[in-house]
Amino acid sequence: MEKFTSHTGVGVPLRRSNVDTDQIIPAVYLKRVTRSGFEDGLFAAWRNDPAFVLNQPAYAAGSVLVAGPDFGTGSSREHAVWALQNYGFKAVISSRFADIFRGNSGKAGLVAAQVDEKVVQRIWAILEDQPGATVTVDLESRTVRAGEGVDAVEDSFDIDDYTRWRLLEGLDDIGITLGREAEIAAYEAARPAWKPVTQRV
Amino acid sequence: MSRTGGRTLAEKVWDEHVVRSAEGEPDLLFIDLHLIHEVTSPQAFDGLRLAGRRVRRPDLTLATEDHNVPTIDWDKPIADPVSRTQVETLRRNAEEFGVRLHPLGDVEQGIVHVVGPQLGLTQPGMTIVCGDSHTSTHGAFGAIAFGIGTSEVEHVLATQTLPQSKPRTMAVTVNGSLPEGVTAKDLVLTLITHTGTGGGQGYIVEYRGQAIEELSMEARMTICNMSIEWGAKAGLIAPDDTTFAYIEGRPEAPKGADWDEAVAHWRTLVSDDDAEFDREIVLDASTMTPFVTWGTNPGQGVPLGGAVPVPAEFEDPSDQVAAERALTYMGLEAGTPMREVKVDTVFVGSCTNGRIEDLRLAADIVKGRRVAADTRLLVVPGSVRVRLQAEQEGLDVVFKEAGAEWRGAGCSMCLGMNPDQLAPGERSASTSNRNFEGRQGKGGRTHLVSVPVAAATAIRGTLSSPADLEPAAAGAAS
Ligand code: SF4
Repeated sequence: MEKFTSHTGVGVPLRRSNVDTDQIIPAVYLKRVTRSGFEDGLFAAWRNDPAFVLNQPAYAAGSVLVAGPDFGTGSSREHAVWALQNYGFKAVISSRFADIFRGNSGKAGLVAAQVDEKVVQRIWAILEDQPGATVTVDLESRTVRAGEGVDAVEDSFDIDDYTRWRLLEGLDDIGITLGREAEIAAYEAARPAWKPVTQRV
Repeated sequence: MSRTGGRTLAEKVWDEHVVRSAEGEPDLLFIDLHLIHEVTSPQAFDGLRLAGRRVRRPDLTLATEDHNVPTIDWDKPIADPVSRTQVETLRRNAEEFGVRLHPLGDVEQGIVHVVGPQLGLTQPGMTIVCGDSHTSTHGAFGAIAFGIGTSEVEHVLATQTLPQSKPRTMAVTVNGSLPEGVTAKDLVLTLITHTGTGGGQGYIVEYRGQAIEELSMEARMTICNMSIEWGAKAGLIAPDDTTFAYIEGRPEAPKGADWDEAVAHWRTLVSDDDAEFDREIVLDASTMTPFVTWGTNPGQGVPLGGAVPVPAEFEDPSDQVAAERALTYMGLEAGTPMREVKVDTVFVGSCTNGRIEDLRLAADIVKGRRVAADTRLLVVPGSVRVRLQAEQEGLDVVFKEAGAEWRGAGCSMCLGMNPDQLAPGERSASTSNRNFEGRQGKGGRTHLVSVPVAAATAIRGTLSSPADLEPAAAGAAS
């Protein structure tokens, strides 16, 4: 997993609440055997609509999604996070995330930044006023920033300490466990020789 | 799960596998055996590839093809493109990452939970995981065995460990002996109806008592297999002479001095007399009878001699609603005697009841008889070895002469991922473990049953036990 300290990228205003994981990635895309390539299924139902935000050139290269409350509800599919990442999103800002989605995001390295509802509203206003404007998600200082001058938004966001630490260090669960190499090796060295193996390697 | 007194079997096995334990963190457990199949592994391997990681212990990893594979024409390319892609992906991944694979057509191919014990890879005191909820089957040998998700599959592939919080422990003590004709399947179905599908939530369950001790290894696997059906994290049974006799001589079992050392250790794997469980359930086997489900979860069951329940008679209002919904889906009238329920298809197979003892039991009942005119009997061995053994004993001939279909090894109609499916509205009596809506095919209606009930049902065409059958044709009985 890549380290995440701060990211600045085009903000995408998604003016919808209760975006569930079936909307993020419909079930028909789950038959894939890879962990990549899910970008074509992202918000599949909405992308047929020319007016949908990602179909507008100014937002197409977006990397910070700014969504309404209760983002990521529904089924636990990890594919929802992969689809957002495969598309190019590094962070999602919302006033409320579903628990499982938040957990899956943390595991995969997508920042789920929880802010006040009013902050979402103000960022939406900026992004719609100036399509293609950027949003900064600074994990080090736990702040989101957007806009300039009198309308500029700067506010803190919530993320739990453990997830923040892992993201800052670029550690996924596997990365953390691989950091226990010495302990695993010591355990392996002490295992009885008669324990079964599937092949001699 | 830690106490000052003695330890339970589960605690002993757990403690032996802790690589690292720290305050505020789950324990890091070492995994002795990781079983893989085509459906839940592709993204895990892809994750490794994307991160440039390798499989840490290919020598503790085994793959087989089971969920998707056809049970006829298995020497031809798989017709369904999605199934074929998953199987081909597993083959490529096994090759690239150096994992031992038993593909379709190989003599060791079969349902992953049949293959492990059969090879002797499943042994007492191990930790065993697989991206499949019925991994609990392996607990019959005194192992901690449980199903995991795809991210965890990747974690085990990369590190051979898994962070896990200690579950609580439960003892299910089954006193007395099972009456003649009542099987382990009836026992576990009775237990699940007794506790509800969530009764085991958060527990590792130890099954014990006279009735459990008297069971064969294969029957013990049937019990542990269905632990997940009442919500348990895992189920296990203390290893004893029955266990050791089953393992001895299998291809991957310890040999010579290793065997002696292993058995000496395995004998210590019992719950101490003063060990305390967080919860205990006591059942009496001697009062049990053949048991079948009427609803759409494994906890909705009644004795075969009973009737479809009346929803209003359930105490809990949510049970009433669930029962009503289930009866509508199942197309059943409250009050109908279970024995009058007409069945279209009988499925004998799965990791619950697809082993050689199951096939012998079924063959014994259908021998010299004919499958009822509008009923279909599908017999699907759990593995190629089981199929070959059955054919050597002539069981295939018995089935075919009775009018049954004799198939190749795989999960088959247990979950209907391959072409073996129920049509909408079609009713089955199935020896598998799940009767969820649509499990065996969209709109299919499943009654979970034991092997003897399945076989007798195939002959009479309605839910039945062998006691309901006319004597077999003269001269044909064994
Ligand atoms: S036989 Fe059924 S329960 Fe067993 S592994 Fe296959 S699909 Fe799962």
